[in-house]
Amino acid sequence: MNEIEFLSWVRGQGFQIAVIIFIAGVIIRFAEILLLGRKANIAEAKGSEMSGGMRTIVSRSFPDKNTFQRSTFTVVAGYIFHIGLFVTIFLFAPHILMFKDVIGFGWPSLPTPIVDAMAVVTIIALLAVLTHRMRDTVLKFITTKEDYLVWMLTILPLITGYMAFHRIGMTAPTLLAIHILSVELLLVVFPFTKLMHAFTFALSRWYNGAISGYRGVQS
Amino acid sequence: MSASLEKGINALKEQVDSTVAAFFSSCVHCGMCSDACLFYTETGSPASTPINKAEPLRRIWKSEYTLLGRVGKMFGLTAKVDDELLTNWETLVYDNCTLCGRCSMVCPMGLDIALLIRKTREGMAAAGHAPEGLIGATKRAVTIGSPMGVKLPALMAQIGHVEKDTGLKIPLDVVGAEYMLLLSSMEIMNFPEFIEATAKIFDKAGVSWTISTEAFEATNSGIQIGVADIAAELVQRIVDAAEKLQVKTVISPECGHAYMAIRWEGPNLIGKPFNFKVRHILEVLDEFRKDGRLKITGKETQRLTYHDPCQVSRRGGVIEQPRNLINMFAENFVEMPDGGKMNWCCGAGGGVSSNERADEVRLKVFQRKKDQLDEIKPDAIISACSNCRIHLEDGLEEYNMDIPLMSLTETLAEHLAD
Repeated sequence: MNEIEFLSWVRGQGFQIAVIIFIAGVIIRFAEILLLGRKANIAEAKGSEMSGGMRTIVSRSFPDKNTFQRSTFTVVAGYIFHIGLFVTIFLFAPHILMFKDVIGFGWPSLPTPIVDAMAVVTIIALLAVLTHRMRDTVLKFITTKEDYLVWMLTILPLITGYMAFHRIGMTAPTLLAIHILSVELLLVVFPFTKLMHAFTFALSRWYNGAISGYRGVQS
Repeated sequence: MSASLEKGINALKEQVDSTVAAFFSSCVHCGMCSDACLFYTETGSPASTPINKAEPLRRIWKSEYTLLGRVGKMFGLTAKVDDELLTNWETLVYDNCTLCGRCSMVCPMGLDIALLIRKTREGMAAAGHAPEGLIGATKRAVTIGSPMGVKLPALMAQIGHVEKDTGLKIPLDVVGAEYMLLLSSMEIMNFPEFIEATAKIFDKAGVSWTISTEAFEATNSGIQIGVADIAAELVQRIVDAAEKLQVKTVISPECGHAYMAIRWEGPNLIGKPFNFKVRHILEVLDEFRKDGRLKITGKETQRLTYHDPCQVSRRGGVIEQPRNLINMFAENFVEMPDGGKMNWCCGAGGGVSSNERADEVRLKVFQRKKDQLDEIKPDAIISACSNCRIHLEDGLEEYNMDIPLMSLTETLAEHLAD
């Protein structure tokens, strides 16, 4: 297989396989969760589950003062790399073209130099997060192999994308093919790891807010 | 595999529902819950990270209720729950967690971690991995009717003293009374002033109330140890008495977990809605205030603060009522840092105080409360949970702090206008 064949495979069949596993996996995971169901609360309600749940989906993005002071690094670094991932994935012009190709519509992009800078910032934030994970007593204790695998699969597309954009080290088709392949790896693993939080956080926060809201507490 | 381990695993399986699955699916191992937990902040022990305490339940969820976990189980790759794990986790789940729920308020993914630990206890208890102290308290609750072994004659003796001191009649087993008051053993034995205070307030408020001689115990060891069947049986006793006396409202006394047990878990434990209301004593008193039934005289000039009991405030939703009531008599009220729904636990709730093995750690983590108090330097602390009160007194003594503890209901009664 030469580099052009490699590129066309990752853009074609490889991409299809990855997307299918990703979509099917996410559906299976949601089914696994939701089909378990939960018993209705029959204690006399003091507040609304729905409004409590919806409120917490939003409010949990903003830690209270004491929590922010105690977990400053985690909150700040977390914000930076999440925003960075959002910008680099969804607001980079070539990515939007790809989305338009797949789903039929696009949206405005950010200027490329900004996305480029964001990619660097995100890579630095992810490296900082990894260092923190390897040094902090609590994080060392609770970290699993999966955490490192997920970290690796998250930073790979950023690095390969950065290299592809700046044509570092290899020919353009090979760099692009490696970049796409790294994204496909991420997609395949996504539904079966903690990466699922990108979808399930809303469900989890909703339940938390609903449980509290029912008792008249804003959580 | 021993029979008890099997029971434990089955009990854990029964705990898994869509909330549990959504919670575990969302955990990113960020570690922020540790910063919210006084058993970590004051000990520095990473094992006390809240989400780590729910590991037995997580393993059951993963190996039984996820595709990848089930496939992994076939190849022996998914982590198992065995007696060794449960032995190792016993002190984390029972001695180093008060189910205070502060972690559940902080988790950026919204995991109700305290609920996960509460559920983990169901499996631990069924597998025979609960602490002796809690097993004893639970046995006494079932056989004698009180975790502290308080029987009816003891209550009657205290009622006799109260009647003599106040000249008021304590109404027993009155059919059709509006309110039925529950008491905690701690109040009967250590704080009979609470009965006196309630009698005075209800007399002045002119409402009909009663105590059932068949079900006067408010506490519920079943929910602390994590045995739903026993918890349900203890709730059912109260339901039977309330139905027999046809009361409109059952009052949970100044006790945190008792309120959680009867108000929020109660109907769900017995599987049917109550045909009476359940209110915390502070909710009832605040209703009296709104209706103009409380006439207060004199002000407390000393610097007062309020310790929010976790199960009453954060987990129970009774947050503004104590503040409304305190404002009636306090001229110099000061909130604790993080007061209200984010207050720090005293360190002895959720069965920790019944578990002698945890004595050392509960006093160690009291440092958090000390730091809170040092910031505001109050003259006295008001609370609304006898268990918090006993432990706060213990902790204050341990740390050589001379701050008196006051019950909100009792302080209010002292300020009743004639």
